[in-house]
Amino acid sequence: MSLERNMRCVYARAYVRILGANRELSWVFFDTFLPLLGVAAFVYIYKATTQDPEVLNTLLTRVILGGSMAAFWMNVLWGMGANFYYEKENGNLELFLMAPTSRMALLLGMAIGGLFNTTFRAISTVLLGSVIFGVSFALTSPLQLLAVFFLTLLALYGLGILFASLFLMYGREAWHISNLLQEPIFLLSGFYFPVRFLGFYVVTIASFIPLTLGLDAMNQILGGRYALEWGLLPVGTEIGILAILSILFVLMAKYALAYMEERGRREGSLVLKFQ
Amino acid sequence: MPMREFWTFRHAAWLGWQTESNWTDPLLFATYSVIRPITTTLMVVLMYWFVGSKETSLFELMFLGNTLYMYIFNVPFGISYVIMEDREHYKVLKYLYISPANIYVYLMGRGVSKFVITTVAVAITLAFGVLFLGVHIALGTINPLFLAASFVLGLTGLIAFGTIMAGISLLVARHNFYIGESLAGIFYLFCGVVFPISVLPWWGEALGKVIPITYWLEATRRSLLGFGDPTLAQLTDMEVFGILAFSTLLLLALSVVLFRAYNHVARARGVIDMTTWY
Repeated sequence: MSLERNMRCVYARAYVRILGANRELSWVFFDTFLPLLGVAAFVYIYKATTQDPEVLNTLLTRVILGGSMAAFWMNVLWGMGANFYYEKENGNLELFLMAPTSRMALLLGMAIGGLFNTTFRAISTVLLGSVIFGVSFALTSPLQLLAVFFLTLLALYGLGILFASLFLMYGREAWHISNLLQEPIFLLSGFYFPVRFLGFYVVTIASFIPLTLGLDAMNQILGGRYALEWGLLPVGTEIGILAILSILFVLMAKYALAYMEERGRREGSLVLKFQ
Repeated sequence: MPMREFWTFRHAAWLGWQTESNWTDPLLFATYSVIRPITTTLMVVLMYWFVGSKETSLFELMFLGNTLYMYIFNVPFGISYVIMEDREHYKVLKYLYISPANIYVYLMGRGVSKFVITTVAVAITLAFGVLFLGVHIALGTINPLFLAASFVLGLTGLIAFGTIMAGISLLVARHNFYIGESLAGIFYLFCGVVFPISVLPWWGEALGKVIPITYWLEATRRSLLGFGDPTLAQLTDMEVFGILAFSTLLLLALSVVLFRAYNHVARARGVIDMTTWY
């Protein structure tokens, strides 16, 4: 398959997603203010229980970062993982599979489109959250922050493509798995509290979720001295692990997609609806 | 309840249960149903533990509020989601409308499965809290009548919220999730689910005090823990119950009127069978 054709596929899929998400202005409002409700509740928990202003600022930094990165996790679960489920139900999946392009190109387009929209939601959560709740960030290294952010997203969307492959075989089971992976991952990855608190064994397992190390590193870079004290590993080490996870998940996603598609073709699950 | 409404309710409850649970075996379904709510509660528990909050009462207040929030999220959202599911996914809503079923009763019936599943999750989470997290349920001081009456009122209020949202869902395209998430977020933030409402700014506290759910949480906390939100301490148990009863009846009446109106408009506009999930 030619590179040009695949790039056209990436562009086409991303274009639809970006245009689709922005055709309704009220969605922009909801996307901006909805995450703030959840973030605000967690902010007030810490405000009700923490006296030291510096500790409070570090914890609120964590909450705001967690709230903004939650948007990416939701996008990976529902916009990437479960997307093949919706396409199958709507009758589009067979059309996608007939097209002479790589599945990875298709999913890359979805990822880019999803990233574009989700980044808006995440940035607005960070900006509005920090202004409304008076949180100040102590940025120590912009370069490291960028590296952590992009590697986390690369690994995360690799994981998203891996999830998507499940939907080529399964229907409601996989939908429920996506549903199940929301809050437990918020807990395991320490979205709203320093993940180190979970203990060595749990954190070791949780580190396979890119958001665990990504959030921890971002918090260390932005959260001041308490964030460094509560950090899991040195930021450089976390960047290295995230790079490995990125390669690992993208490779696994490629093989899982090919395998699941082949199984789906043999067992006839690619066009099964309402299963 | 007339016979036809009874059968509608019964079949809707059965259908709801099948839709929720028949995608897997019962054991896996049971595990699935409790993992998510328990982890949500654990997350807030860990936040409290991390900051080393020494106030046991605040922790228990939060724990019970967060556990009961499962009803607040699942029941209304579950009822309103039925419209989107039946209209857009399974495309059967139009057939329900031409059957003898009463749609309002049908929606309430579909909410039963959500209620049953949530009740199991709440019971397990409460047991987990009592056994492992040191939450003290004051068994000796529980007033069962007060608890049962406020529970029925609270649940009625949640069903009423659900049917109002379902009515709105009949008219909107693709906004159903946003409406559900917004209301759930507003209730979580302003009803004192995980902190006393006095922590909020004055306007937030005032908003919390006009939402019936705040009083349902308060009545249940007083019943099970023996104390409630310090912000509402000046109210007697009977006053809390009275406000809850009055606001719930008002909400129920409003839900019947609003649903009837939304239903009429939806039929007049011809949007009962619209599909917008593309």
